[in-house]
Amino acid sequence: MNSILIVARNTFREAVRDRVLYNLVFFAFLMIVSAVIVGQISMDIETVVMISLGLSAISLIGLLIAVFTGVGLVSKEIDKRTLHAVLAKPLRRWEFLLGKFAGLVATLAVNTAAMAAGLFAALWLVKHSIARGDAVVLVAVYFILLKLTLVVALAMLFSCFTSPLLAILFTGGLYLAGLFVSELRSLQVTNLTPQAQKFFTVISYVLPNFGNYDVMSAAAHGRRVAGMLVLHNTLYTILYCAIVLSAAAVIFSRKDLK
Amino acid sequence: MQVEDGEVFGLLGPNGAGKSTTIKLLMGIIFPTAGSARMLGQPVNEVAMRRDIGYLPEQPYFYDYLTAKELLDYFARFHGYSAAARSERVQKMLKKVGLETAGKIQLRKYSKGMLQRVGLAQAILHDPRLVILDEPMSGLDPVGRREVRDIILELKNSGKTILFSTHILPDAEMLCDRVGVIAAGKLRGVGTPGAIVGVQATGMEIAFELAEGAALPDKIRAQAAKAGTGYRMSVGESGLYAALDELRTAGAKITSVAQIKPTLEDFFMELVGKDRAQAAAVEVSGK
Repeated sequence: MNSILIVARNTFREAVRDRVLYNLVFFAFLMIVSAVIVGQISMDIETVVMISLGLSAISLIGLLIAVFTGVGLVSKEIDKRTLHAVLAKPLRRWEFLLGKFAGLVATLAVNTAAMAAGLFAALWLVKHSIARGDAVVLVAVYFILLKLTLVVALAMLFSCFTSPLLAILFTGGLYLAGLFVSELRSLQVTNLTPQAQKFFTVISYVLPNFGNYDVMSAAAHGRRVAGMLVLHNTLYTILYCAIVLSAAAVIFSRKDLK
Repeated sequence: MQVEDGEVFGLLGPNGAGKSTTIKLLMGIIFPTAGSARMLGQPVNEVAMRRDIGYLPEQPYFYDYLTAKELLDYFARFHGYSAAARSERVQKMLKKVGLETAGKIQLRKYSKGMLQRVGLAQAILHDPRLVILDEPMSGLDPVGRREVRDIILELKNSGKTILFSTHILPDAEMLCDRVGVIAAGKLRGVGTPGAIVGVQATGMEIAFELAEGAALPDKIRAQAAKAGTGYRMSVGESGLYAALDELRTAGAKITSVAQIKPTLEDFFMELVGKDRAQAAAVEVSGK
């Protein structure tokens, strides 16, 4: 456990020194400009626009970091051979992998929290108050973080057995496919054979269900999000990440490094 | 191949012979397709054993966003040292490798030689029983090489076992108790540097000077060659005294008489030459 934390701490430091958190400047700029523009339009939808825009930006920026940094977490260490000296220490490969994962998730958590704070600041600028109902925005932010955690796990898995470019494509592709899992499950095509129907059903359960994390509309309109969904998404993320990271650990533990 | 406790063992071979591959197998960076290896009595994949092993990779590359101090502190954490112990060890190691004034500079600003020194520092940071160094002299200037040699000797004197790979043969001859020679992926010989090349002298070399205007005696003219202000000649051991008599008669001043022994380099070159000849023969025969 200690070894995992040591690697995680260093991964976080790497992200900070590689200026990953500089995206916050862009986000802050986006929020300020949006607040000014939305404040001038003011057609009683400013809150909806601000929340939708803010959550979309948090999600998109987070996704870019999760995919690109996630893929590079291990592959960069292999390419640059920084791993050689690290693996000579009393550290198992799976501990290294988990440490890298935890470090990036911590970076994303800090990044997401900072952006959420920026979003609330922008909301306050627009409507000069923060209501209790706005708490649902926090749930939406939490779901974005869960989604990013799963994306990091997938990016790491792919980077363990393929090139960084392919890993980015696979992770991006799986993310897009995962947005349409619900549609795939309810797919009713009359001319499909029962076997094909079954295949699509199985695939819909194997694919990561990213659609479940999307509560942006509810957050923008101040609708409640069921507590069960929070619990479900949390457990789903933990379980899915455990499976994906276990597979990554098995592959990485047997990999010949150059 | 077996490395004994407390000895300095040199792994020699030309580029591509398999020296680094052997070391990477020992360190669990790559995995063997067959066979097995043990270190400190345990299988090489035993992680806990690495507490007693220090490793310097070939052409080491470290996290360049860290300073040398931070990097050593990071590695020391894996060995469970307290903050105070880490700080003390890091400082001691930086001093040992001559980087105490550069400890707060990010590694991206380091030269190749400085990185090699940091690599050496991280390898011996935790006072390991076994130190494995892959081309430790690579990228170092003569002063740096001398310092690394001194560190290796210091480690040896403190009872550590050292395995290092090199293709710089004088370093191996100077430092190693025993050497193993690898060529084309095969271990071609293991022994003391003297034993592996054979201790038998292959001849004698005489250095001499002649008085101004004196001519070389006819009997030795063919064997002698001009060397600086004097001459050098090689003779068989049995012909030494006859040659010395001839030179004395001619009024020559003998400046030195030394045995000619094959060096590790001769042995090494012979092996490589044989391999190349064999490879060419295989190519010609199409096998």
